[in-house]
Amino acid sequence: MRAVVRTTLTGWGRTNPSAADVVELFPGELPGALKEIDDRGALVRGLGRSYGDAAQNGGGLVIRLLGSASDALLDRAAGTVTVSAGASLDELLRHLVPRGFFVPVTPGTRFVTIGGAIASDIHGKNHHVDGSFGNHVLRMSLQLADGSVAELSRTSDPDLFWATIGGMGLTGIVLEATIALLAVETSRMAVDTHRIADLDRLMSVMDDGDDEAHRYSVAWIDLAAKGSQLGRSVLTRGDHAKLDQLSAKQQVDPLAYGPQQLVSVPPIIPRPGLLNHMTVAAFNELWFRKAPKRRLGGIESISSFFHPLDMVGQWPRFYGRPGLVQYQLMVPFGQEDAMRRIVERVSASGAASFLAVLKRFGAGNEAPLSFPQPGWTLALDLPGGAPNLDRLLHHLDDMVLGAGGRNYFAKDAHTSPHTIRGGYSRLAEWQAVRRRVDPHDSWQSDLGRRLRLADD
Amino acid sequence: MDNAFGQPQTIVVLGGTSDIGLAIARELISPVTRTIVLACRDLDRGERAAAALRDGAFEVVVVHFDGADTASHEALIAGLAATYGDLDVVVLAFGQLGNGEETGRDVTDAAVLAHLNFTGAVSVAVAVANRLRVQGHGTLVVLSSVAGERVRKANFVYGATKAGLDGFAQGLGDSLVGSGARVLVVRPGFVHSAMTKGMKAAPFATTPDKVAEVTVRGLRRGSRTVWAPGILRFVFSALRHLPAPVWRRLPLG
Repeated sequence: MRAVVRTTLTGWGRTNPSAADVVELFPGELPGALKEIDDRGALVRGLGRSYGDAAQNGGGLVIRLLGSASDALLDRAAGTVTVSAGASLDELLRHLVPRGFFVPVTPGTRFVTIGGAIASDIHGKNHHVDGSFGNHVLRMSLQLADGSVAELSRTSDPDLFWATIGGMGLTGIVLEATIALLAVETSRMAVDTHRIADLDRLMSVMDDGDDEAHRYSVAWIDLAAKGSQLGRSVLTRGDHAKLDQLSAKQQVDPLAYGPQQLVSVPPIIPRPGLLNHMTVAAFNELWFRKAPKRRLGGIESISSFFHPLDMVGQWPRFYGRPGLVQYQLMVPFGQEDAMRRIVERVSASGAASFLAVLKRFGAGNEAPLSFPQPGWTLALDLPGGAPNLDRLLHHLDDMVLGAGGRNYFAKDAHTSPHTIRGGYSRLAEWQAVRRRVDPHDSWQSDLGRRLRLADD
Repeated sequence: MDNAFGQPQTIVVLGGTSDIGLAIARELISPVTRTIVLACRDLDRGERAAAALRDGAFEVVVVHFDGADTASHEALIAGLAATYGDLDVVVLAFGQLGNGEETGRDVTDAAVLAHLNFTGAVSVAVAVANRLRVQGHGTLVVLSSVAGERVRKANFVYGATKAGLDGFAQGLGDSLVGSGARVLVVRPGFVHSAMTKGMKAAPFATTPDKVAEVTVRGLRRGSRTVWAPGILRFVFSALRHLPAPVWRRLPLG
């Protein structure tokens, strides 16, 4: 095994640090490495975009799985790609888009690995139409703790297949997967943008049936706005642009794709960071006003529509030393009142949040720990240093549970085992499958320990 | 495992009947608290303290701990981790005050006090640090004292043990850098507590609750050392440089 270095790891929010032995391995080296696992277990870490402690393992082994998209096997006729789990969506998109294909689900950043996409069962702006990432995984191979490799699909050990989707890396190591793709004519998006005056109007617009007419739909909410402006938002709905929707100039190279990172945040940010309620309120005001009241069919690039944050490297550094805490919840349909109360509570707390995103979820899938269920999801960025933030989030946890909702593991950095058991009624079912393939707790993570995912 | 707010799930108080130790445990209670362990010599007193802490949502357990019995420390810490999972915050809050100058005139008393307050603390701290290293995370809070900043003859054996403990804790903290684990050294001034009952308060006296507040703030910020109250940092910065004859005559209680 090559060099092992004890390294302090955090999530994307730069909170919850712990130190682990980090090693880089090729998939072929895994069986040998399994022998080195002790009672602190092992975990694969992708690109570390989970906000909390999902991709770290204090005192244990953390494996960086080497593998790129250059070995990806595209089957044009079937519209599928077989790719190693260590490849990122960024690499995959650079390979696929010029060839007329898109990934079936992308989150707000391109910098997640295929393995991470499966482990968190990520979702995107098209969940209401296309479901989450796991819905499009046709098959995958999983390295098990006993050294064997399992071939998983909906017909080949479906229990383990679905336990691995959303299983946060705790059933084994995904080695490679075959994903169903979306065929696209161009690398651009046709986008409708609306400014909406308040939350009630927003939810009713998103619910009015028109949402399904667009593949992608998401609203950005200004949480600094209060009173009658509570939940004022910018709703964007888009589809992959057809060739005839592009300008003549764009039609010359319709599948051109070359996303750039414009700038990166330097590691020196003044304390206490640049974000407080006043600066965020000012920023949000400008952002809200900048959005057109109503614009139909605007042409945007893939990066600008899906991945605006990726334009700024290391953006959590803006939050300074205390880091940032993300909170993502969902409540089922019929609980719009609870969502309204939650938005009011966050707005009243004055906890600054640039990026509050509201989305409508469609049908969930069979994975027991998958986050999306039919209903509404709200995702918030909060400065880790905001006063009484712990109290706010623990209170929101109670409100979410009371509404029959749940939190998202990929974002969680603070909640308790109790909250998770309330939100995920199929946890025991997942634990039984996991125990079958990992009876000695070879796969562990800080998230798993903190939320007691593996324990009863 | 701590959450993003530095809220621990498992808290251990070594010296589980200490007023300051209990105040820190209380201050750390949050919706994610799972277990508080009070490790003490007097189990009855420990049980009474546990009963006062219990809230239903988390368990409070009392275990036997003798700071002077260094041979038992490694097994105790290993046992706690095996039973309750990763130790997130361990507070070293045990020790005796001694009997002022008189302790400094009795060979046995002096040796016993030095052994408990210094050697016992070093022993259990090493056991805790080793466990935290294995975990890759966790914080050891060491209750030092301004009495160790510059030792006064009024209580010089006690003061010396705190001076030694303080230096040891800082060195231990340095040796833990990169391991994921940390040490927080807390330097309270005169604290109104059971330990100091009947004594004349020194200037800038404080309470266990205030010390707990300062400690938890220091934990959340990732501080290495904190003073309670904070002003003592500057007070002692000055006092440190007083010529010895002047220092000796200061009425510091």
